[in-house]
Amino acid sequence: MTVPPTALDEQAAVADLAGLPARGRLGFLRSEVFRRPAMLVGLGILAFFVFLAIFGPWIEPYDPSTQSGAVYEPPSSAHWLGTDDAGADMLSLVIEGARVSMIVGFAAALVAMLIGGTVGLWSGFYGGKSDTVLMRITDYVLVIPDIPLMIIVAALFGRSLTNIILIIGIIYWTSTARLIRAQTKSVRERTYVKRARALGAGNQRLIGKHVLPQVMPLLIANTVITVAIAIFAETYITFLGLGDPELTSWGKLIENAFKGDAVLNDAWWAIVPPGVCVTLVILACTMVGMAMEDALNPRLRVGHLAVRRFRLRPLKGAVDSE
Amino acid sequence: MRSADYLIKRILFAIVTVFIAITLNFVLFRAVPGDAVDALRCRQCSPQFKEQVRQELGLDESRWEQYKLYVTDLLHGDLGTSLRSQKEVRGELIEPLKNTLPMIALGTLFAIVFGTITGVISAWRRDTVLDKTGLWTSLAFYSMPTQWLGLLMVLFVAGALGLPTSGIEDPTLGVLGDASTWDVMVDRLRHMILPALTLGLVLYGDYALITRSALLETLGEDYVLTARAKGLSNWAIVRKHGLRNALLPITTLIALSLGFIIGGSITIEYVFSYPGIGLETVEAIDQRDWPVLQAIFLLLTFSVILFNLVADLLYVKLDPRVVEA
Repeated sequence: MTVPPTALDEQAAVADLAGLPARGRLGFLRSEVFRRPAMLVGLGILAFFVFLAIFGPWIEPYDPSTQSGAVYEPPSSAHWLGTDDAGADMLSLVIEGARVSMIVGFAAALVAMLIGGTVGLWSGFYGGKSDTVLMRITDYVLVIPDIPLMIIVAALFGRSLTNIILIIGIIYWTSTARLIRAQTKSVRERTYVKRARALGAGNQRLIGKHVLPQVMPLLIANTVITVAIAIFAETYITFLGLGDPELTSWGKLIENAFKGDAVLNDAWWAIVPPGVCVTLVILACTMVGMAMEDALNPRLRVGHLAVRRFRLRPLKGAVDSE
Repeated sequence: MRSADYLIKRILFAIVTVFIAITLNFVLFRAVPGDAVDALRCRQCSPQFKEQVRQELGLDESRWEQYKLYVTDLLHGDLGTSLRSQKEVRGELIEPLKNTLPMIALGTLFAIVFGTITGVISAWRRDTVLDKTGLWTSLAFYSMPTQWLGLLMVLFVAGALGLPTSGIEDPTLGVLGDASTWDVMVDRLRHMILPALTLGLVLYGDYALITRSALLETLGEDYVLTARAKGLSNWAIVRKHGLRNALLPITTLIALSLGFIIGGSITIEYVFSYPGIGLETVEAIDQRDWPVLQAIFLLLTFSVILFNLVADLLYVKLDPRVVEA
């Protein structure tokens, strides 16, 4: 998401008056975020797994769906990560699993982002009755326990990838909606937005030119964290036997290892790798998301208590998120 | 009197949520293509049997009648009959619940104690090696899939500690002569440790992160700057000004998370074959035992709603200003 240069200049002109970073929130992010090692490491890990997901079939040393060795063969130079209960190569399976897991993660997070973003923007921008109704709905969805609902919906409506993506997306939009609503409300009340309105800008223009660019980084940060939650949720319901039976995901590999008595066979290589991948991706998403939120919420940057290098909380660019 | 108003509002919210949950439960189980009985998988499921179950469940009546019947039954404490065992669901769930509660209590206690301590140390010693270690350990545990951590426990920890990895009691106990109550208790506890530890470690990451960020947030307040200007030591600031104010978000967030724990421990019980609500859920999913699943879903929703209410009450107790807003 980039803002056209004219809009940026326009914004910069008024932003100083409103006590905002002159480059707009995105430029601010770009400079802040890339200074953070956690962010870069996280992005690196994510890029690696996205690469695996896209180019998997060309990298896999063996065909993951056929037997290429003995049952539960320990790691060797032929099979770097050993073989599973059907004698298939674990390394190939893990690479294959990256695709499904990443698709579920990103697609479900996208669904959640669309629902949460729309609800939050609408609620925060228009306020009034629709705000009350939408927030009421959000409150109720928030108390429905996520995992049991996923289990029931998956059990009732069948085990398919689309169902899993939709279920996860439909459950995890609430926190995004609340965050975006708070941010939208605060942006709407800023002087330059009020001015733009007084100059005759319509709602669409206000949202597109002023609210969205300010809200977008927060929305992206939140979505990245949702990717992690979605991947976690996928492994969870797949483990309970509710995953798509046709597809290999990391969750499925963990389930297979459990069902195929990998533990009894002491075949740690069938259990450890898929879990490490899930952990790494979740960790990476959390790191990226947290670094972004940290950059956006200067209140967290309190200087060093322990080392006594105290500095005043920066007033410029303060986000009035709730 | 404003706080009374607030409480009534929150309790009303909880009651409405309960009804929404009940309705959702009803709607979901009837929105299935075909009806729930079609999907039933069991040995004695002949067409006649299915027809009989349909009548018992009132599936031949109108939706509205069904709904009224369902709510009335629930209000009378009737959760229906398990399709597997043909026994009352309520009775079927009591034993698993009794097994689950001490296990998750143990795990949660572990997580609260070690999680908050780690969080406080991390925030107090921000950006030191100590903080980095604490932060990364918490993040790592926070990122691990629950069931996978459980499997790792079985693989790498159980052997070293000599702990049992499945079930809730040693079947050989009491075979040769009587086992004393003490022996039985110790045996149960030994079976409880690994599942509880798995749950505890997953939650540990969560709680440590919550505590750390809540404390850092309060340490950014102006009164902390004042305290520093007064010349208070770091620890005094953390304890008197930081912790006391951070207690509010920490307790509320932990109370909120408690409601979700039973749902989160389903795979743990599955991995350790621990005969609690989680294992019951897995078996009910496996055999498509809808009445049991419905009852469990309600139970878990109620636990979330209950702890939400608890969090609300705690909030008012700890910060009376909330009511004013």
